[in-house]
Amino acid sequence: MAMEKEKILEDLNQNFADNIMSVTAPFGDEIILFEKEALLNIVKFLLKEPYAFTMLLDLTCVDYKGKKERFEMVYHLFSLSNKLRLRLKARLSEDALEIDSLTPLFKNANWLEREAYDMFGVQFKGHPYLRRLFMYDGFEGHPLRKDYSLRKQQPRIRLRK
Amino acid sequence: MLLNMGPSHPAMHGTTRIMLELDGEKVVNCELEMGYLHRGFEKICENKSYFNMLIYTDRLNYVSPLINNTGYVMTMEKLLGIDVPERAQYIRVIMCEFSRVCDHLTALAAMCMECGAFTVFLYMMKAREYIWDLMEQTSGARMTTSYIRIGGVRSDFPSNWKATAQKAIEETRKVLKDCHGLISKNKIFLNRTRDVAVVSPETAINYGWTGPCLRSTGVYYDVRKTFPYLVYDQLDFEVPLGERGDNFDRYMVRMLEMEQSLRMVEQCMAKIPKSSSPSQLMAKGMEPAEAIKSSRTKKPEEKIKLSPNLEGTEKDKYPGILSGKGSIIPPKEDTYTTIEGLIRHFKFFMRGHGIRPPKGEVYFSVEGGSGELGFYIVSDGTDKPYRLHLRAPCFHIVSSLEDIIRGHYVADVIPTFGSMNMIGGELDR
Repeated sequence: MAMEKEKILEDLNQNFADNIMSVTAPFGDEIILFEKEALLNIVKFLLKEPYAFTMLLDLTCVDYKGKKERFEMVYHLFSLSNKLRLRLKARLSEDALEIDSLTPLFKNANWLEREAYDMFGVQFKGHPYLRRLFMYDGFEGHPLRKDYSLRKQQPRIRLRK
Repeated sequence: MLLNMGPSHPAMHGTTRIMLELDGEKVVNCELEMGYLHRGFEKICENKSYFNMLIYTDRLNYVSPLINNTGYVMTMEKLLGIDVPERAQYIRVIMCEFSRVCDHLTALAAMCMECGAFTVFLYMMKAREYIWDLMEQTSGARMTTSYIRIGGVRSDFPSNWKATAQKAIEETRKVLKDCHGLISKNKIFLNRTRDVAVVSPETAINYGWTGPCLRSTGVYYDVRKTFPYLVYDQLDFEVPLGERGDNFDRYMVRMLEMEQSLRMVEQCMAKIPKSSSPSQLMAKGMEPAEAIKSSRTKKPEEKIKLSPNLEGTEKDKYPGILSGKGSIIPPKEDTYTTIEGLIRHFKFFMRGHGIRPPKGEVYFSVEGGSGELGFYIVSDGTDKPYRLHLRAPCFHIVSSLEDIIRGHYVADVIPTFGSMNMIGGELDR
């Protein structure tokens, strides 16, 4: 039996009343904003039956430069049995740019988190191999941050022998 | 032994490198390195207006650009709250399904060629040409089409499109039949693909696989069925599923899906509503220079003959294929002949004006060639996206390659990599 969206959100609100800051649904997409410490617990809770959000559709980061909590992690979870997508968001401040890694739960989190690290410099606690994904080793800065200029150039690196 | 496979290895498409640690011919360990084709798609998009960004979506999955266009455009339509005319929806479905056939043909052609079946490669490329004929006639380009626009499509089908489409369907069916005969039961091909690189449904879901690769493991998930968009809910089609999740199943699911796509195109061809402006009317009218000259003294009464490159921006075509005031290019005949039209034209293209969606964030996905193609757009109310993230289907699929080929032979890497349909433009963005 497929679960109703409202029921899932209600259960989530009951179990994590202290951690969830807001639940909104602009444009018909459910967005859950929570404290970053609760990430693993919330995802583990959603992974279980009957919620079964077994697929990590997407993981990304948004840079809101100028805000107090500058970065926002965005997770898209998908439940095959309930045919439902959920968007989880957690805010990170620039001086504590760290969040738990989802690698123990989802295998594709490995590359997705490497990408977020590469592009935004977010550190993932417990990631087995946090290395740049698109950029080369020795690249300075994080290109998708708002303070990285579009036309900025970096010197060529030497050919390795 | 340590061995570098790629980036200049024909099977690696020039964009990835696998560092293999070998024991004899067995892969003990491996690491995949990508980013050779990284162009900063997301960064560029943050600095382009919503309209100008469309051309960059062509270059993501360059084998099926029309599906990328559709994905981006429909995300924007969700953000703007625009409804698209029915004829445009049918046109989009027809173009998307033909693109999907192209995508699968290319993927399988490359995979078969890498296994030594060069004839199959040539046959499939031949079929693709017939489909591209239709795309070229309609959108003016074979690959970088930018044809699907916010609010509809750029131009209507040409008058002889049904014959071209029919020919493309027939030729593709012939090729599919030939290829089934050539390799579906071929001993050499079977030996290299059957029970090689088996992926269980649990692993596939855990890796975020979607599309034909996920369906090859037997999991029923298709965005077109689960979250129907456009007119897919009115079409009758099946979702082929695999059983074992090996290379051969990934091949077979794609082969069967192409047949379903062709079926869908046929249904759309029968169901598509009539064009509101018959294209034979197109030829009549004034020459642009003449119209501009006469507009200096009086309001133009006659229609202007526009170059075919500007098709789809004429007034009388709007109801049929475009909708959404403010988000489509103002009609060209007004731009040329009236001052109001000229102002609207400038307002559309000027920096800081143009399409300005409300503040907010949306995620929308369509079924792309290799899986769920999703766009996540954060808008801050200006004419440029604040952040755009692409959920590339093959990113998730390729990320599992390291695990899958571990313990297999070097020769197995090639068909496994081929069956995943890695597209550099989409993977590296």
